[in-house]
Formats: sequence, structure tokens, C-alpha cells
Amino acid sequence: MELFTNQVLAGIATGAIYACMALAVVMIYQAIDHLNFAQGEMAMFSTFISWQLMQWGVPYWGAFVITLALSFVAGIAIERILFKPLAKAPVLTNVAGFIALFAIINSSAGLIWDFTIKQYPTPFGSSPFLGSQLISTHQAGMIGVTVLLLLGLYFFFQYTRIGLAMRAAASVPESARLVGINTSWMIALGWGMATAIGAIAGMLIAPVVFLEPNMMGGVLIYGFAAAVLGGLTSPFGAVVGGFLVGIFENLAGTYIPGVGNELKLPIALALIISVLVVKPAGLFGRQIVKRV
Amino acid sequence: MTVLLNVKDLRAYYGQVQALHGLSFSLNEGSLTTLLGANGAGKTTTLRAICNMVRSTGGIEFDGKPLNNRSTENIVRFGIAHVPQGRGTFTTMTVEENLQLGAITRKDNAGIISDIERMYAHFPVLKQRHTQQAGTLSGGEQQMLAVARALMLRPRLMLLDEPSFGLAPLVVRDLFGILGKINREDKVSILVVEQNAQLALELADQAYVIETGRIVMSGNAKDIANNEEIRKSYLGY
Repeated sequence: MELFTNQVLAGIATGAIYACMALAVVMIYQAIDHLNFAQGEMAMFSTFISWQLMQWGVPYWGAFVITLALSFVAGIAIERILFKPLAKAPVLTNVAGFIALFAIINSSAGLIWDFTIKQYPTPFGSSPFLGSQLISTHQAGMIGVTVLLLLGLYFFFQYTRIGLAMRAAASVPESARLVGINTSWMIALGWGMATAIGAIAGMLIAPVVFLEPNMMGGVLIYGFAAAVLGGLTSPFGAVVGGFLVGIFENLAGTYIPGVGNELKLPIALALIISVLVVKPAGLFGRQIVKRV
Repeated sequence: MTVLLNVKDLRAYYGQVQALHGLSFSLNEGSLTTLLGANGAGKTTTLRAICNMVRSTGGIEFDGKPLNNRSTENIVRFGIAHVPQGRGTFTTMTVEENLQLGAITRKDNAGIISDIERMYAHFPVLKQRHTQQAGTLSGGEQQMLAVARALMLRPRLMLLDEPSFGLAPLVVRDLFGILGKINREDKVSILVVEQNAQLALELADQAYVIETGRIVMSGNAKDIANNEEIRKSYLGY
């Protein structure tokens, strides 16, 4: 029983990171109808920036906040420079844009900080949480920060005017313009927020997977899986999907004979495909009905 | 009487196809003007051109200021509220959120709150359903919501695209009654596009008839309603 609880809690901790990545993916998907393949690389680059700041002597939380601000601005800049001009371009042009962004960020990080694996500090420490062997303080910290982030986002979108305007712009852009919302800037704002959310995910997972330019590859695949599982049209679904994928991945690795660490990923993805066969819009997604 | 909206030689295009061929008309401050015409005559396009939602050339002046080359969201800030065909409801949001969105360009929070109450007084059914998702409302209720959302801007001019579309005759009567009241009491000028010519002419003071992207007839709404020849050849009743 203790093993089970332990695995579930560890799953929730990594699931928190998948939830953040899935949320970042869904925010951009809702704004521009494309999957951002470079979301993980953007998060990795943000994490490197925070690491660099700490190397220069900035304390952890200072580096954390500065990185969030820089990521937010960088996200807006990427949208304005690269994806705003592509807004009316065909899907494949956008896909090429995302792949280019992926490659550029990945190689730049390698060029600036090289590909050797680096230690990344945790502000929470790695001792057992509250003296229990079930979960480490860093894992508890991952869950805590994610929960705070999700609550903050919920209040932002439900109770602020700009949050309301962003939701309106994502759901019916033409009507949003007709009430006076600058939908183009709402998309840019969505990019900024998604990039900052990704940065949080990167900084939280870096002590676990270590810091290097390819650190987010696996995480982003889980993030995509979580987003698809929960439904790409539902931020709430993406978060739930993230936690489910994290827990399932751990339980499958522990209890299904012969799976172990190597086969965790395909098992998790197989689960997702089985869900999608039954519910193609994801667990919480809306069926989009288009008039033809 | 001052001219609020002045449209001169308006030409509009969908890609290579020209939909308006030099259309001119004007709307007086405080009036309720209707644009009539058959399917495809260019009524919707005219409204869309005023809000720069379709490529157009020609002069559009609102209160003496040119609107050309301004973005849709900027034109709204002049006090022009456009209720599009199909109502443009934010279907996944609640009724109250829809009303708040109508006032998203305003900064006077107290005024917004009192205006929401005023809308509930105009349209009691919206109050009953204020926490409900707007997509679950009936067609008539959604049209009420669309009008209320537009009024939340405290507009000087309201553009209405076929408000009667898909509604039961009784509901249409109700709605047009409210529009007349808003026009008289709140001094909102209204430009309404309609296929239901008979009803629109009863309500309006000024009327224009469009055919294939041109104005072919204009005048006092009563005169047009009483002219049997015009009725038979253009309005079909």
C-alpha cells in the first residue's frame, strides 16, 4: 500500500509539470488553432536563463521572477515577429514555423551553454517531506507551485476584465472584435502567458531531469498527450489530463510486469489512444460542429 | 437634424467579387432607419463595410469623422454597436459575462453594473437566466441578449443585421417593440437591415431599398409602405 501511495504521489508531482506544459499548449492552441511544437524548447531556454542568472549570483526566487518576466516578453515577441505574419498562412506553413523555432532554440541553447548535463538547484531541498518517506520536499514544492499557478490562472480568467476579454477573443474572435476587443493583442498576451507557464514547468522539473538542451523532449510529449487526453479545447481538461498521465505513467511502470522505466512512455500513449478511440474530443473537450 | 452616419459611394469586395457598387445613404441622429432588399442585395455587406469587416472603398463618416482604415475594434470605440447576423453570442459564456463583454471598452464600473440591471429590466428573461450558458438560450432569448450586449456599450448608433431571422412572429413583435422604445427613450440611433419589410417599415422613420449593391429607393418609411408599386416590385408584399 505504501508503494502504491508513493507512486501516486510521485505521479501527481510529475503530472503537475505535464499539466503546466499541457496548459501552455492549450492556451496557444485555443488562440491560433496550432500545436506549438517548440513549447518544450521555449521552456528549456527559459530554464537556462534562470540558471545563468543564478550563476551570476542572483538568488533562486529572484532568478525565478526575472525569468518569468523575460519569458513573458519573449513569448509576445515570438508571436509578433514570427506567427502574426503567418496567421492566415496554411497549416503546413505554421508547422514549418514551429519546427524552425524548435531547431533554432535548441541549437542556440547548445551553442551558448553546450550540451553537457548541468545540476539545477531546488529551493525546496530534497529531504523527505514532513518526515514522511512518501514524497520529497521538492516533489511537494512542484505540486504546491503548480496548484498556486492554477488557482491564480483560474481567478485571472474568471474574475478580471482582461481574462474575460482573452476568453472571448479565443472563443468567438469576430464577436470579440465587435465589442471592441483587440483580438490580435489578446493572442500575443496568450503567447506571453503560455511561455511564462512553460518556464515555471521547466524550472520545476530541471532538478529532476537535469539541465540540458534536450531536457524537455519527453516532458513535452507527455504534455501533448495530457492536452489531447483532456481535450485540446479545455484548459481544465488539460490540467486533469496532466495529472492523470503522470499517475498512470508511474503506476504502469511499477505494476505492469515487464514495463519498467523504458516502456512507460509507450504504455501511457497507448492509454491515450484507447481513450481517444472512445472519446475523440478528449475527456473534457467540446465536439466542434462546423457548418459546411 | 444632424447627420450621424454618412456613407458615400461605398464599394465592397469579397476577393475579386464586387458586392456593393457605389452605395450612398445617410442616417440622422436619433432616427431609426431601415435598409431593405432581397437576399444577396448587399444589406449585410453594407453593415460589415461600416465596421471594416470587409474590404471596401468610398467614404464612411460617423459624426463628421472618417471611419475608413480603422480596425473593427477601434470603430466600436466610437460608439457603434453591431449586432451581426446569427447574433454573435459568446455561446460558452454565461449571460452575464456576455453583457459584461458588451461593456468591455468602458471604464466606469458603477455605470456598467447599473446598466446590467437596466438590461435585466428591459429583458426580464435574461435576469432569470443570468448564470446560464448563453448557448442554451432559445433563439429569441439569444437575440434579446445580442441587443442587450450591444446596448451595454452605451452606443450612439446600433447596427442590427436581420434581428427577426429565425424568430417566431410574436417574438419578433416583442423585439421590435423594445427596439422602438430604446430608440425613443435612450436616444440610440438605429440602422436595421431586414427582410421582413412590412414590420421594419412600421417601426422605422427612414427607409432605403437596396438592389444588387445599389440604393434604388429612399424616403420616409410611411411613404414607401404606402406606395403599392414599390411594395410589389421590391418588397414582395
